[in-house]
Amino acid sequence: MLYRTAGQFKTSYKADHALFPVRQDALLLGFILLLAFVVFPLTASEFTFRALLIPVLIYSLAALGLNILTGYAGQLSLGTGAFMGVGAYACYKLLTIFPEMNIVIAIAMSGFFSAAVGVLFGLPSLRIKGFYLAIATLAAQFFLVWLFQKWAWLYNYNASGAIQVPNIDMFGITVAGPRATAMTQYYFVLGVVSVITLFAINITRGRIGRMWKAVRDMDIAAELVGINLMRAKLTAFFVSSYIVGVSGALFVFLWRGAAEANLFDIPLSFRVLFIAIIGGLGSILGNYLGAILIVALPVIISTVPATFGIPVDSAMVEHLNVMIVGALIITFLIVEPHGLARFWAVIREKLILWPFPH
Amino acid sequence: MELLNAIFVKPFADMAAAPDFLLQVLWEGLVGGVLYALIALGFVLIYKSSRIFNFAQGIMVVFAALTLVGLYEMGVPALLALPLTLGVMLLLAISIERVVLRPLVNQPDIILFMATIGITLFLIGLGEIIFGGENKVMITEQLGIPTGSILFEPFGGFVSIEEKDLTAVIGAGLLVASLLVFLNKSKIGRAIRALGDDHQAALSVGISLSTIWVIVWFIAGVIALATGIVWGARAGVSFALEVIAYKALPVLMLGGLESVMGAIIGGLAIGILEKLFEIYWGQPLLGGNTEAWFAYMLALLVLLFRPQGLFGERIIERV
Repeated sequence: MLYRTAGQFKTSYKADHALFPVRQDALLLGFILLLAFVVFPLTASEFTFRALLIPVLIYSLAALGLNILTGYAGQLSLGTGAFMGVGAYACYKLLTIFPEMNIVIAIAMSGFFSAAVGVLFGLPSLRIKGFYLAIATLAAQFFLVWLFQKWAWLYNYNASGAIQVPNIDMFGITVAGPRATAMTQYYFVLGVVSVITLFAINITRGRIGRMWKAVRDMDIAAELVGINLMRAKLTAFFVSSYIVGVSGALFVFLWRGAAEANLFDIPLSFRVLFIAIIGGLGSILGNYLGAILIVALPVIISTVPATFGIPVDSAMVEHLNVMIVGALIITFLIVEPHGLARFWAVIREKLILWPFPH
Repeated sequence: MELLNAIFVKPFADMAAAPDFLLQVLWEGLVGGVLYALIALGFVLIYKSSRIFNFAQGIMVVFAALTLVGLYEMGVPALLALPLTLGVMLLLAISIERVVLRPLVNQPDIILFMATIGITLFLIGLGEIIFGGENKVMITEQLGIPTGSILFEPFGGFVSIEEKDLTAVIGAGLLVASLLVFLNKSKIGRAIRALGDDHQAALSVGISLSTIWVIVWFIAGVIALATGIVWGARAGVSFALEVIAYKALPVLMLGGLESVMGAIIGGLAIGILEKLFEIYWGQPLLGGNTEAWFAYMLALLVLLFRPQGLFGERIIERV
């Protein structure tokens, strides 16, 4: 009943290739947007904003960036955390050199810095593949984090070596820094994430996206049909690191408030990779589902046993969390290599046919 | 001009001025290199026999060392704890094969790689729950490893060599030699190499895939234990040890993923070069701690000219 497609006729190619060929999808998305833009802000507490909603959005944006590179263009990267760092430090330098700059412009521009660095470290992908490339991106990870520590200019020669977010106003409202409220930050992040998601959906549906998928599925065949491998791979690195850089800027400026170089170390890269794997490589929706799962998991572990009278101390929560994420990754790879997004696709298929089994 | 001097002249002048210090640096680099080579060897062994890039090798080192020390702390005598730890590694190998590898047989390489990342996380969580997250001291003396140091006096200066490092270098050499003999001469070794060449052909002549996988992962576990004892004796046993696994990855790139010789030579080369670079270029010019990335940058440079690494097999793709 819910997903009856009868009566929705498509009479042109344009209609067949629209963003929402099935009307119910658009309705569902409208419902989710209503939840995100109206219902959550009205009902959420300060804790929910800071511990769940904002991190879910930022992590899903970072995973979206990685997914474009790994899931769509097939280039495995383990250096996401460092590219987030480039975005964050670039945004910090931009805002300290030009204090009058609008923060939206600063964040949008900081993405270009990480995109440039991403393309630079993507250059080896033209010659090396697979695991060799994955290790090459680790080179970016280790080198950049070292640079964030040693290059004092990056953190304005602070004694602490950390970058601190000042109070930043936009049109008279404080959006970043200690004075900003969680709700304005949430709206800011939600706005940026929505715009970039729309962009990502369209670029992966279009000519460039199909070029990436061809390279991912078989690069030699892609080259034979006339795809310029160099351009395809480097655009993937560019777009991916741009999005990752923006998410890094948001990560520090609208959530953490301060950052040290170590924050962008390997665990961050891996967390983003897990979100992309568990959510589903090669899917936009998957990033959100994966981020929700990864961010909510420690909260669930610490609250659910407690309601049954078995309190778990915080160190144990951390250990259990790591263990369960590891087990989840293995389970997903065995049961459903396409991740959570595939689960939703299966449910949707069933709903279209319901109540008939075939 | 001054910069050129600091890059090209001064380091070599320093080396010539204090040859005893240079020797000391080279020795330290060699010992580090032996450890990288050992870890890389664990990777290569598994990659050769099953095309799995085993990211969990680093955590296996930590896990083996923690088990050994943990058993000793529970009151098991040191020399009994050693075989017990080997038993735990065998159990680990069997369960990895059963739970993870068997259902994932014939999946793309990348899926298996991610599965080993999953194993890594699972073992980190499990290890922390069982043994706690704090730093432990390796039971070096109890295992009968000498702990003194030997002083040499070449070129009028002096070089100090710790006996446990010497034991480690000799022990690692013996381990590698016996491993090479095992791989090249024994029946199981031949089976392992056959599987590496072609799974289906090996299966069709009656080689059991699952048995060989268990054996290979167990050998990797033994190597991990050896690495864990040596590195634990130098730096203590904690989850920070996992970092050395990341140091072994550029060794693999340099040496090639499927070459045992490559792992050994690459490991020694990177160990020595990164120490030299750190002491003579990194600290005076770049503010130190260049060991964090030097190996990676070196490997990256080599890969640009030889994508399969120095000793790797050339991958030829035909459509």
